[in-house]
Amino acid sequence: MTIRFTQDHEWIKLDGDVATVGITDYAQQALGDVVFVEVPEAGRELTKGKDAAVVESVKAASEVYAPVDGTVVEGNGAVADEPSLVNTDPEGEGWFFKMKIKDMAQFEALMDEAAYKSFIAGL
Amino acid sequence: MRYLPLTETDRSAMLATIGVDSVDALFRDVPEQARLKGPIAGLSNHMGELAVERHLSRLADKNVTASAVPFFIGGGAYKHHVPASVDQTLLRGEFLTSYTPYQPEVTQGTLQYLFEFQTQVALLTGMEVANASMYDGATGTAEAVLMAARINKRNKVILSGGLHPHYREVVETTCGVMGMDIRAQAPDWKNAEDLTALIDGETACIVVQTPSLFGHLRDFTALCDAAHAKGALVIVVVTEVVSLGLLTPPGEMGADIVVCEGQSIGNGLNFGGPYVGLFATRDKYVRQMPGRLCGQTADADGKRGFVLTLSTREQHIRREKATSNICTNSGLCALAFTIHLSLLGEQGLTKLARVNHANAVTLADKLEAVKGVKIVNDGFFNEFTVKLPKKAAKVVSKLAERGILAGVPVSRFYPEMDGLEDLLLVASTEVNSLEDMDALVRGLEEVL
Amino acid sequence: MAMNNQGRDSTPHAVAVADELVTFTGNKALQQEEALIFELDNPGAVGVDLEAPVTTKTRLDGVKTRASVGLPSLAEPDVVRHYTRLSQKNFAIDTTMYPLGSCTMKHNPRLNEKMARLPGFSDIHPLQPVETVQGALELIDQLAHWLKTLTGMPAIAMSPGAGAHGELCGLMSIHAALDARGESHRRRVLVPESAHGTNPATAAFCGFTVDTIPAEENGRVSVEAVKAKLGDDVACIMLTNPNTCGLFEPQIREIADAVHAAGGYFYCDGANYNAIVGRVRPADLGVDAMHINLHKTFSTPHGGGGPGSGPVVLSDALAPYAPLPFVVHGKNGFDLVEQAADAKGAKPFGRLKGFHGQMGMFVRALAYILSHGADGLRQVASDAVLNANYLLANLKDVMSASFDGPCMHEALFDDRFLKGTGVTPLDFAKAMIDEGYHPMTMYFPLVVHGALLIEPTETESKQTLDRFIATMRHLAEKAKAGDLAHFQASPRLTPRKRLDETQAARKPVLRWVKPATPASAPAGVAQAAE
Repeated sequence: MTIRFTQDHEWIKLDGDVATVGITDYAQQALGDVVFVEVPEAGRELTKGKDAAVVESVKAASEVYAPVDGTVVEGNGAVADEPSLVNTDPEGEGWFFKMKIKDMAQFEALMDEAAYKSFIAGL
Repeated sequence: MRYLPLTETDRSAMLATIGVDSVDALFRDVPEQARLKGPIAGLSNHMGELAVERHLSRLADKNVTASAVPFFIGGGAYKHHVPASVDQTLLRGEFLTSYTPYQPEVTQGTLQYLFEFQTQVALLTGMEVANASMYDGATGTAEAVLMAARINKRNKVILSGGLHPHYREVVETTCGVMGMDIRAQAPDWKNAEDLTALIDGETACIVVQTPSLFGHLRDFTALCDAAHAKGALVIVVVTEVVSLGLLTPPGEMGADIVVCEGQSIGNGLNFGGPYVGLFATRDKYVRQMPGRLCGQTADADGKRGFVLTLSTREQHIRREKATSNICTNSGLCALAFTIHLSLLGEQGLTKLARVNHANAVTLADKLEAVKGVKIVNDGFFNEFTVKLPKKAAKVVSKLAERGILAGVPVSRFYPEMDGLEDLLLVASTEVNSLEDMDALVRGLEEVL
Repeated sequence: MAMNNQGRDSTPHAVAVADELVTFTGNKALQQEEALIFELDNPGAVGVDLEAPVTTKTRLDGVKTRASVGLPSLAEPDVVRHYTRLSQKNFAIDTTMYPLGSCTMKHNPRLNEKMARLPGFSDIHPLQPVETVQGALELIDQLAHWLKTLTGMPAIAMSPGAGAHGELCGLMSIHAALDARGESHRRRVLVPESAHGTNPATAAFCGFTVDTIPAEENGRVSVEAVKAKLGDDVACIMLTNPNTCGLFEPQIREIADAVHAAGGYFYCDGANYNAIVGRVRPADLGVDAMHINLHKTFSTPHGGGGPGSGPVVLSDALAPYAPLPFVVHGKNGFDLVEQAADAKGAKPFGRLKGFHGQMGMFVRALAYILSHGADGLRQVASDAVLNANYLLANLKDVMSASFDGPCMHEALFDDRFLKGTGVTPLDFAKAMIDEGYHPMTMYFPLVVHGALLIEPTETESKQTLDRFIATMRHLAEKAKAGDLAHFQASPRLTPRKRLDETQAARKPVLRWVKPATPASAPAGVAQAAE
């Protein structure tokens, strides 16, 4: 299983030919208590860098961007029902959606864990 | 000047603290050529209360007030009696001079009445949830259309011919600029339109009104079923909210969004504003709702309290992605509505509605006895359409000369349209005495 | 994901506070616990006496009537006491300084209330024959005249219901003017990042795309930054002046000229017009459209969040597109144009509101203008700016001013002075509440971190300002001295302590629902007595 990160604080984890996407621990801390999550429906075509999901805290509304091009396989209904999962387990149960990646090169070009850690250290 | 507490001594001392020698120095960023050198053209210097009062009273005295004459004008704004305690209570400075409850610990008063208002609106309309109010019924209707389009991502809007023309125009203006396809139906004064056939898979919503502009009463249950079967939403508009004390609420008919003009309860005529828009919907659509919402929560000690909530829908957070650009609600008018409805209570509202209907029935019976006058409606609440043997606008004008304000000529809304010149909208509320009604009958007999 | 780093505390801190007196009722003398009106239901009581219907006959065309509404029943004394008690839980201008930046919380003269309630204004119907409402039309005409004169602009649209509604009116006028020029491809609107949230929201509402102009280090917008964004697809710029940092844009003429040269229009957000009224005419700054918040500059009451009123002044280029209705001088006095066909050559873009606008607010605003007169209005701007600069001068050594002075009508600070204390701007604001002040605007504008925007207005006396300054200095020093617990536990003396906004948003409870079995005591009281 390989994990990659974007500068917009999404993580994407590859397992076989399906990737899971969520927001990082750093992002959930910055947002504060998450009160609402909207996840995409299966079948939706996503474009890298464009809106894919919505996450809201009390005082901030943010778009979660697609880290790469692809097609949604599944949205996480559990996180839509219980948004606090994003705070308690952002890189586990608090995932947003699963997708099929169109172009593996886009995935490979994203930051690895070490690169992301040094990226947020510099913020 | 009585509203400005700084004295010349204060001003000098303050300028010294700041370290400048004149107020002009504080305006140094203003380009020289844009600084107004002389006085404001034609405006006299400050006036005492007495002088201002004289000036404005002279203007006020030129108007014919509704309470002074037999008065039968409706058409989306209604003359009702507002109990004295409504205005006296809302004039408390803590209500009048407070602002949007951004700091909930020191605005529980405003927040709690908004929560009560939202509950009252939900109960009246038979819906699940209501917001903290809109500017008025017309703007609320346009917002409802946009909300429907957000929900089903469709673009076509059908407007009933019974919808108030101002509401239609506001929808055409504000939703038109968004590129929506708006299909307004011809004025439906005969209560004959069938909108079911117009609904298709592209229809975002259908906007209907009851009582309609012409006073007709409609049950939209079948229309709601037909619309839902095609994925379209139904927006029911009510411009006379007192009718909801008597008639089946739109929520029970299956409406998806209900918009009302709330002026009739608590608010005076005020020549058209400020009024208060009521906006209610289903729980499942609440995140697509425009406007402010007040919600219940608990404080640090676990005590019940209220806050503005779901504000991530709004412009100050969402900016260009907000559900609406609305920033204010109609707070004080909503408070007037809430106090008046609390005074009325279950019994009072029901009785008020029955008194209104009874007066309208009585007036209709009396008018039907006038030669050449026909009541168009089979059913109505407190307003109906009268067909006259002459142009309604002329009749209204002649009656106004005789000190009777008889109603709204339909031609005022549709001056270009043939076949509507003889129609007059006549409203009768609890304020009309039998003497008022007889005066109208006599007046009509004279001018027809 | 796009992230707003200015998120703030939304759940209360868990802080132990000293024992306080617990009363049997939960009341604290003047602070009364108050249940919801629905919980005060007194079946059988009524607060309004109505005569019996004159007939029982109905003409309902077979439409069904409803069984019940579900409203509570109360007599008048209980209703009056309920709402009076609620009012006592509010801060208001009448009770305390309310320096909410950008909102202009100034004294609301009671003469204006009295005038708005004259039956000749409050008891007339918008659809009465025009010959019976000549005084009302004359009043609208007079107010329109003074607003045009004060701003130097040739035309005005009176009907918008609030500031944001005025923005919509201005942008729709621009939209219509561009369409008439055959330049419907101009769909980009330039908005500085310091703008009110309503600006981008309104532009998007009209189908425009929003292009953000970054702020300069000094809090201003530079003509170079604007020029870099101009092009033949630009519809207009939306610029607030004085801007949301409380600063006058010194390059405003150059910006207006550059936008005009590129074929665009200049929309000015007039929310802060109170800083320059009587001293600067927006027409002389190159403005094409500007809304005027009557509830700010002209002091119609804010009323807990409305109603507002937002007339829009327009340049000659935009005047023909002003919305219906409008008042004109006719043969027999004043007339009201309600239909496009009667607009005589003008091309109104449509209608924004039912009827004719916020008449009640017009009366108040005219009373305000006449009361102040030419000398008083100029003094309004002068004193508002003087008061803000006085605060800035007295606080900049203990709080961190975001920009060098002078400022206009409001002073902007940021949270650098709290660095290392653990106290957030929100904590600081809540401590102000216990000291008896409504907090300033926080976390806006977004261009500085942890913004604290203080607008004293011209109706605060020097004595009041001096007390406020002393309080702010005391709190700033207390924060720096490390008394974090005090701030985190604030406010402690209010009817409610900090409220859990997370719970409110996660599980929204937006209305009262009748409990299955009625509680023996109203819930608020019961909880409070625990």
